[in-house]
Amino acid sequence: MDHSVQKTTAYKVICILLLIVLAILFTFPLYWIITGSFKDARTINAAIPTWFPTQPTVDNYMRLFEKPAMRWMLNTVFMCAMTLLLTCVTAAMGGYALAKKNFTGRKLIFSIFVCAMALPKQVILIPLLKEMAFLKLHNTLWAVILPTVGWPFGVFLMKQFSENIPDEMLEAAKIDGAGEALTFTQIVFPMIKPGVGALAIFTFITAWNDYFLQLIMLNDTNALTISLGIAKLQSELSTDYGLIMAGAALGSIPIVLIFLLFQKFFTKGITMGAVKG
Amino acid sequence: MMQTQKISRKLKATRRQENIAGYLFMAPSLLFFVGFVVFPMAMCLVTSTFNYTMSDFTFVGLSNYVELFQDAIFGKSLINTVIIVVVSVPTVCLFSLWVASLIYKLKDIYTSAFRCVFYLPVVTGSVAVTVVWKWMFNPYYGLLNYVFKELGIITQSVNWLGNADTALWCIIVILFTTSVGQPIVLYVSALSNVDHSLVEAAEVDGATDLQVFWRIKWPQIMPTTLYILVITTINSFQCFALIQLLTSGGPMYSTSTIMYYIYYEAFKLQRYGYGSAMGVILAVIIAAFSALQFRLAKSDN
Repeated sequence: MDHSVQKTTAYKVICILLLIVLAILFTFPLYWIITGSFKDARTINAAIPTWFPTQPTVDNYMRLFEKPAMRWMLNTVFMCAMTLLLTCVTAAMGGYALAKKNFTGRKLIFSIFVCAMALPKQVILIPLLKEMAFLKLHNTLWAVILPTVGWPFGVFLMKQFSENIPDEMLEAAKIDGAGEALTFTQIVFPMIKPGVGALAIFTFITAWNDYFLQLIMLNDTNALTISLGIAKLQSELSTDYGLIMAGAALGSIPIVLIFLLFQKFFTKGITMGAVKG
Repeated sequence: MMQTQKISRKLKATRRQENIAGYLFMAPSLLFFVGFVVFPMAMCLVTSTFNYTMSDFTFVGLSNYVELFQDAIFGKSLINTVIIVVVSVPTVCLFSLWVASLIYKLKDIYTSAFRCVFYLPVVTGSVAVTVVWKWMFNPYYGLLNYVFKELGIITQSVNWLGNADTALWCIIVILFTTSVGQPIVLYVSALSNVDHSLVEAAEVDGATDLQVFWRIKWPQIMPTTLYILVITTINSFQCFALIQLLTSGGPMYSTSTIMYYIYYEAFKLQRYGYGSAMGVILAVIIAAFSALQFRLAKSDN
C-alpha cells in the first residue's frame, strides 16, 4: 500500500514538472517575439542567441511605424469591432428564434446551419472573391466582415444559451401584453447576456486572426490588417527579424491581453459551443 | 361545432404569428448566411464545372475533376494532407486529454493559468506564431540549431524548412502547438462534469485510477472526444497560413497541402474553376471523415 502511494506521488510530481516544462515551451514563441522586437540587428544575427536583450532598443518600432503599421492596426480594430457587433446582434436574434420560436422549417434551417459548420470555410473563398468584386467591396474591410458574420457558429452558440430561458417567463410576458420586440429586449436579452459576452470575445479573437480570408480579400497596402502587414514585411524583408518581431508583437500583444482579461467568457463560449455539437 | 372552428382559427392565428415572429428574428442572420455562405457554396459547385480563368469562362463538365485525378501535385498534396491529419489528430487528442486530466483537479487559479498557457499560441495568431518559428528554424541565426547543437542532438546545422524530409514535420510541430488549446479547454470542462458519486463509489470498491478512468470517466467524456476529433480533423485539413508563410509548399511540393494547392491554383494562377473543383473534393473528404467519426462513436456507445 505505502509503496503504491509513493509510486503515484512520484508519478504525479514527474507529470507536474513535465507540465511546467511544456508550459514554458508553449509560452516561449511569444517571449521570443517580444524580446526579439527589442534587439538590435547585430544581436539578432549573431550565431549565439541572446536570451534576454541587455541593451534594449526601440529602433525596430521606430522603423515599423515608418510603415503604415498604425493604419493596419486601425483597420484591424475596425474590422473586428464591426464583425463583433453584427455577429452578436444577428446571432442573438437568430439563436433565440431557433430555440424558442416554433416556426415552420425551424429544424431544417438548424440542420443546414450545423452542416455548414462542418465544411471548410476556405473552400468558398473563390466564389466569395468574385461576389465581393461584383459588389464593389473587394479591397475594403467589408469583404472580410460580411462573410465572417454569415458564419453560423454564432447562431448555434446563441441557440444553446437561449434554450435556458424558461418558457414560463416568455408566456408571462405575452399575457402581460408585451410584444415580440419588447419581450426580446427586456426579457430575452438580459438572460442571454453572458452568452453574448462569450460570443463577442470569441468573434473578436477569431476575426483578428483569420488570415486566409484577409489575404484573399485585401491587397491594397492601406487596406491591410496587421496580420497581413506582418506577412508583407516578412515577404519583403525576410531576414530583418527585428522589424518583423516588432510587427508580430504589435499584432499579438493587444489580442493576448484581451484574451487574458476576458478568458472566463472565452472559455464559456468554447465549452457551450461544443455541447450537443 | 362553432367552438372548434373558433379554436382552430385561433390556433392558426397563433401559428401564423409564431411563423412571422420566427422568420423576422431569423431574417438578419439568414440574410448573411445565405448571401455569404450558402450562395458561394453553391457557386463553388457551379464554377467547378467551368474552365474559369481571367479570360475564359466556358462550361467543361467534369473535366476539371478528371484533370485533378491525373495531377501528380494534387496527389502529393492529398498525401501530405492525410499525413498531417493522421499524425496530428490522435496526438492532439491524447496530449490534450493528458494535460486536462492533470490540471482539472488543481486549484482554480492553476487550472486557468495552465489553460491560458496552452491556449496562448492560438490567440497569438497564426501569422505572428509563424514568423517567430521561421526565425527559430533559420539555419544560420535560428535558435533551434544552436540549442540542438549545444545539447549534442545534431552536429551540423540543419536547414529545417529547406529540406524535403524535415519541412513537413516542422509544420506538424507548429500546427500541434496551435491546436491543443481548444481541446484542453473542452476536456477540462468535460472532466469536471463527470458524475462524482460514480467515481467515489468505484473508489470505495477498490478500483484503481486507471480503471476509474476507463470504466467511468471515458464513456462520460465520449461526446467531447467526438467533438474534439471532428474539429481537430477540420482544422488540420485546413492548415494554410503556416504553409504559405513558412515554405510556400516547397521544397519540391513536400509541404503542399490541398488547401495550399487550392490557393496556389486559384489565386496565384487564376484557375478558379480548377480550384473550385479541388474545394469540392476537399469538402467531400472532410464531410466523409466527420460522418465516419460520428458513426464510429455512435456504434461505440
